Amino acid sequence: MDRRDFLVSLAAAAGAASLAGCRGGPPPLPPGELLGTSLALGHRLQSAGFAPPSESRKVPVVIVGAGVAGLAAGWKLARAGFSDFLLVELENEAGGNSRAGRNAVSAYPWGAHYLPLPNREALAVRELLAELGVLLGDPRAPRPVYDERYLCATPQERLYRNGRWQEGLLPQTGVSTAERGQYQRFADLIEGFKRRRDDAGRAAFALPMALSSRALDLLALDRISMRDWLLAQGLDSPQLHWYVNYACRDDYGTASAAVSAWAGIHYFACRTGEAQNAGNETVLTAPEGNAWLVSGMLRSISAHAGERLLSGALAFRVAGGERGAGTGPLAVDLWLASEQRTLRLLADQVIWAAPLFLVPHVFAGHAALKAAAASYSYAPWLVANLTLSRFPDERAGAPPAWDNVLYDSAGLGYVVATHQQMRLWRQATVLTFYRTFDALSPQDGRAALRDTPRAVWAEQILAELERPHANIRQVTTHLDVFRNGHAMARPLPGLIWGEPRQRFAVDGERLRFAHADVSGFSLFEEAQYRGVLAAERTLRRLGVRFSSSLG
Amino acid sequence: MNHALLFSVFIVASCGLAYELIAGALASYLLGDSVTQFSTVIGTYLFAMGIGSWLSRYVERHLVARFIQVELMVGVLGGFSAAALFFIFVWSPAPFKLALYLAVAGVGVLVGLEIPLIMRIMKRDLAFKDLVSQVLTFDYLGALAVSILFPLLLVPHLGLVRSGLLFGLLNVIVALWAWWLFRAQLQPFGRLRAQGAAALLSLLVAFAAAGELTSLAEAQLYADEIVHAESTPYQRIVVTRWKNDLRLHLNNNLQFSSRDEYRYHEALVHPGLATLPNARRVLVLGGGDGLAVREILKYPQIESVTLVDLDPAMTRLFASAPPLRKLNQDALLSPKVRVVNADALQWLEENDETFDFVVVDFPDPSNFSLGKLYSAAFYRLLDKHLNGEALAVIQSTSPLYARQSFWCVVTTLESVGLVATPYHALVPSFGEWGFVLAGRRAYRPPTSYAVDTRFLTPEATPGLFVFPGDMARVDAEVNQLNNQVLVRYFEHEWRQVIR
Repeated sequence: MDRRDFLVSLAAAAGAASLAGCRGGPPPLPPGELLGTSLALGHRLQSAGFAPPSESRKVPVVIVGAGVAGLAAGWKLARAGFSDFLLVELENEAGGNSRAGRNAVSAYPWGAHYLPLPNREALAVRELLAELGVLLGDPRAPRPVYDERYLCATPQERLYRNGRWQEGLLPQTGVSTAERGQYQRFADLIEGFKRRRDDAGRAAFALPMALSSRALDLLALDRISMRDWLLAQGLDSPQLHWYVNYACRDDYGTASAAVSAWAGIHYFACRTGEAQNAGNETVLTAPEGNAWLVSGMLRSISAHAGERLLSGALAFRVAGGERGAGTGPLAVDLWLASEQRTLRLLADQVIWAAPLFLVPHVFAGHAALKAAAASYSYAPWLVANLTLSRFPDERAGAPPAWDNVLYDSAGLGYVVATHQQMRLWRQATVLTFYRTFDALSPQDGRAALRDTPRAVWAEQILAELERPHANIRQVTTHLDVFRNGHAMARPLPGLIWGEPRQRFAVDGERLRFAHADVSGFSLFEEAQYRGVLAAERTLRRLGVRFSSSLG
Repeated sequence: MNHALLFSVFIVASCGLAYELIAGALASYLLGDSVTQFSTVIGTYLFAMGIGSWLSRYVERHLVARFIQVELMVGVLGGFSAAALFFIFVWSPAPFKLALYLAVAGVGVLVGLEIPLIMRIMKRDLAFKDLVSQVLTFDYLGALAVSILFPLLLVPHLGLVRSGLLFGLLNVIVALWAWWLFRAQLQPFGRLRAQGAAALLSLLVAFAAAGELTSLAEAQLYADEIVHAESTPYQRIVVTRWKNDLRLHLNNNLQFSSRDEYRYHEALVHPGLATLPNARRVLVLGGGDGLAVREILKYPQIESVTLVDLDPAMTRLFASAPPLRKLNQDALLSPKVRVVNADALQWLEENDETFDFVVVDFPDPSNFSLGKLYSAAFYRLLDKHLNGEALAVIQSTSPLYARQSFWCVVTTLESVGLVATPYHALVPSFGEWGFVLAGRRAYRPPTSYAVDTRFLTPEATPGLFVFPGDMARVDAEVNQLNNQVLVRYFEHEWRQVIR
């Protein structure tokens, strides 16, 4: 589909939406809001023109960005007993891609909504989960016990295909023996990667990815696409390709034909965590998605270091800190939107925990970094939360699951916010619907996000959900749409093991980068690892004693 | 003449397919497993058509009159088959399958006769190749028309019973029309017209009355007089009476029969509560009929009973209807009883009251939502509401019919650190039924009962705790929210019982 086709289809949907209002038939679209990242404020970075600072303040450590990476950095500093830092955040609340909303029915995610069981090398994740009381007992146990309220209840996932729901996401009905043979070969290949360790004991695909083996044949996978890798293995089953493509869209907002094979395989092969009280495929989740991890880190920070968050603050300029550019502090200029003034922070150490696409607009100097940042590409996303007065009618097949995927769909399906509840009677609920724009270029996807009114999205989403749930329009009482133009970095071939990304991973004298972008893809584990790593490097630089969370 | 006959081929063919679809659909509705039902119905039907076609060779004379007779018989037999089968099922499911296949075979034989007879009637005026081509074309067109109309219009708007009658009418009309076309040569068969008129009239009357017929049949699903029926947002409540037997059905599942409910409720309450002389505060989850509360109130030392039931219509009904109040001895009106209409799970999560005795009387774990109420997570939540010496009793399905399910409940209770004591009692309406007592210390069955009981005696009590060979403990996994093994056990075991 090219952009023109896409816009035509949007127009058609808009026409249908307005017609629907005229006829007596379908009910009118449910009310709701069009939400999103602070687009207007963010775009001011391109035009500059902020007022000169009205105040300067000395802050030993400044963390820019209070998404998972920035919070993890703050969490590590605070846990080390270091409290002279400030977390600055453009949005009005912390959390980044792990933010959540809440209404009378339930809390619900606006982005990331699960965490796989952490594997053995994800030490910092395990430490955090233990602190939050979700991992019980020894955080380094091979198979820990988890609080069952966070273990996704059965059934975890189902797929709507050919008018029927099936358990699991790999298509099962009408699949030939030859295709099933390919399913098995794919599973065997992934199992081989999961088991493989190099001479240094590193996993082939570790999470955090920085701990992965550097074997040349593995790094070579970063030079081809996931789709081409499958074909090179003789795997051409359409159903298997659908499944792998779905996984790539779900995790990277990008089709398997565009994603690096290294990243594509990483998705399947990095998840080796186990639990004593759950199967290996089980994920940790909560009604609010991953926002419980955000609020957990915020709680920990304020308990150990007091209130450290300055929100509604746009870091529009970072100056100094370049090698050979003197030894003075770095100046971080913040635009405080609510006060309409500029605050300058003079920092000994800066941890940049915001997306890297902002680097060229914000940093003074640092030509090499700016060039490196330009090699990144970002996927746009749309998330909608539908409040339902009751569970919708079902088609035949598997019963409602937590994650409900539609086979032939532009969307990725929906998760059910109330799935973890124990109730006799299932009543109102909130469904979180996700869609990517992998059929368009990211620029065109962003243009569509920017220019399309909420009613059109609402109509499209309801039309899609109407296939498995005939009465979805009757039971949907509210439908909010959230747009994120730069939701996550796209791990295209060459990004992960290429030079530009690795430039952001090096330790600086005063400046460090801590964001999932430094790993090349947006996973909680990566963001947290980058944040903790940057915090530990900062603590070392400052001579503060601490015990490492990274082993 | 030939056009008229070809049109009747079209009608006859559509009727033929319609009976087949109606029988298949009815069998699927009533017996489930649509693949099996449709396969066996279609197979039987086609085979019977073959027999009919073969039999057509024995019709040698009076072809038109025979054709008209066949049409009338198809019309009556086919037309009434759906209605008759529905009544038979309601009356007793056992002969239903036999009746179904007999009806399918009978209609099939008659339908198998139709086309050969028509072809022979038309043979007089047509060459063989034209005859075959025209008749079979209209035969298949008729089938196409019905196969499209059946799911789109007929089933949704008319229902199976009325669709059957409609096609019966069409067959009879074809017969009467044929009689009119060939009336000149049908003089010796004067009775045909009267028979046709009778068939037409009976089908018309049945069609007009079909609405009442089906509701009459549905009323027969409950063999007894319905004394109360109510649809609430949560369930359908039906109370029936036959002589002195009152029965409560929720969503068509029998909850109790007043003839033996005392066995169930005595077994549910007394083995636990009789060992707790210091119990003051009791919690009942589910059990809006007040029958467990009735047993609890027999103990004078009980100061308060909190009954948490989701459906206010249930507790209102059992607090107001005289025969039901008599049955629960006004338990729900006792000043000691506090009725809370709330989701029991939400209530447990949001309250921190503790109790000396808790009765957990939830529906069987037949789906994933209900399976959560038997999970380790739920028992941990329950444990928080138990005082130190307290006991909880859990209705745990049948250890005989659903043996692994029953022992799964025991295993799950043990997994959260509770001491589980399983026992069972015979409740004729349900069969052999199971319960599990759970507490923090070892439990000893009572050696005497301080209250009146009809079923329980001190002598018989030890026997409740003995599990004979066919109910003895089997291995089961812990039922966790993230595996829901109990629902899978339960589904598997009850499916075998029902077959």
